[in-house]
Amino acid sequence: MNVPILNASGCLDALAAADVARALDVFVTKTITPLPREGNPTPRIAETDFGMLNSIGLQGPGVDAFVADVLPALAALGRPIWVSVGGFSADDYAGVCERLDEHDDVATIELNLSCPNVEEAPESSAQIVAACRATTAKPLYAKLSPANSDLGEAARAVVASGADGLSLVNTIRGLALDAVTLQPKLARAVGGYSGPALKPIALACVHLCAQAVDVPIVGMGGVRAGLDALELVAVGASAVALGTVLFTDPGAPRRIRSELEAEATMRGFPQPGDARGTACVSEEKTVQLQGL
Amino acid sequence: MTEPGLTAGQARLRPSTVGSTLEGANRELLEVTGVEQVGPYALLRLERGGVDPGRPGQFFMLEAPGRVLPRPMSLCLAPPGELAFLIDPIGPGTKALCALSSGQAIHVLGPLGNGFDLAVDRPLLVGGGIGVAPLPYLSEALGHPPALLGFRTDRHAKAARLVPNAEVVIEPTFVTELLPLDPGDVLACGPEPMLEAVARLVPDAQLAWEAPMPCGYGACFGCVVERDGHMTRLCVEGPVLRAA
Repeated sequence: MNVPILNASGCLDALAAADVARALDVFVTKTITPLPREGNPTPRIAETDFGMLNSIGLQGPGVDAFVADVLPALAALGRPIWVSVGGFSADDYAGVCERLDEHDDVATIELNLSCPNVEEAPESSAQIVAACRATTAKPLYAKLSPANSDLGEAARAVVASGADGLSLVNTIRGLALDAVTLQPKLARAVGGYSGPALKPIALACVHLCAQAVDVPIVGMGGVRAGLDALELVAVGASAVALGTVLFTDPGAPRRIRSELEAEATMRGFPQPGDARGTACVSEEKTVQLQGL
Repeated sequence: MTEPGLTAGQARLRPSTVGSTLEGANRELLEVTGVEQVGPYALLRLERGGVDPGRPGQFFMLEAPGRVLPRPMSLCLAPPGELAFLIDPIGPGTKALCALSSGQAIHVLGPLGNGFDLAVDRPLLVGGGIGVAPLPYLSEALGHPPALLGFRTDRHAKAARLVPNAEVVIEPTFVTELLPLDPGDVLACGPEPMLEAVARLVPDAQLAWEAPMPCGYGACFGCVVERDGHMTRLCVEGPVLRAA
């Protein structure tokens, strides 16, 4: 498969549903933090008309229990394991990366620089990437927020600091009110917005970054079917991750892979990867068109 | 409409050595065979296809037409060749499900979660409101034991006809007021205040809880409930939990 299919971090527990994880080309863990976290209070989930909000808040076992108990079990899946890493300071991120560096079962580290549901680290994404880069030679992917005011610049900065790839996009902050009480549905009011509504935002972000930097991009956001995945490839993604769709259809990895191949073939691309970047409109061209 | 074998859009998921909340579960497109009005509720009947009805108290994720997320529903009845779900049209998803008509089809994933432990000597079923939904199937599995059902109004109480051998109370009377001093093995489903009241009176009761549940198989951590100081996933640990 020349366009690998991953899960989006936090959208699949491979230990609870191993068969779903095995149907992916790569399994990405839920974000691992230095210490165990119980996560946010409930309600944590709210459906909206065109997507859903989550406010899980990085519930997880912490890095010690992760490397002792979870990682060996994940290795038994026989899939490359990408570990998503989070924290509340550059030192937090770097500390977790240092622990993971010792483990051959960790193929790649994805830095969750954009969780909408916890307090952000005071350092910039580039500073966090630089701190992590100093601890490990493993490939580092930077997962950025679509809400970044200058995403192209942010992408250039994290790549200059040593990121080997980008994961685009994380959820974007949203809020939903209960129709009866007119109060927020989520306990923390604001959550991360995902699902079909995120797709055009993801396409714009991948399109922008594919031209800003020359590193592989894992595209994600609102993929429900093979054509959605092919669109992300067409704007420059090298791989595609599945998020909210896994909640509705645990068979999505196999289904979307076969749909992706069929959609590519139908458009004359021998393989899905051959469509990469074919929808990219250069920055100069965009400026020219805006001037018309 | 049932698709045989492993085809696109259908997860036929095998048991695994690491762990599988989807063991025994299938996802299939099932045709609606009928929708019956039961008081304010709808009894949605689907062809069974290759989906196992599972154990009473287990649940299914039902595709809600036009909505992003499926809805978790416990099985109400398992007539031959069918699966039936009792649904309260309270939100956009449940309203869409109640508005289905014969011949339409929806994706169904299940059975999921842990159902009731049926190894009980003196079962007493306790249900409140739409929480009576899993009790008809449970009653059948246990040979129609006595049941105690509470409803808000006479209209809601029409659902009591689905549960044989039931004593019915209407608010302001609550089911807990009628619980005998030695209630035997209580298996209960209902609103949270009812379950909490039952738990206080009957510490070893089996209680079927509810929570908003996006995935139903442990993927999203959305349906957590606090248990022993930890946030645990209701879809993995429950939905039936021991009170104590």
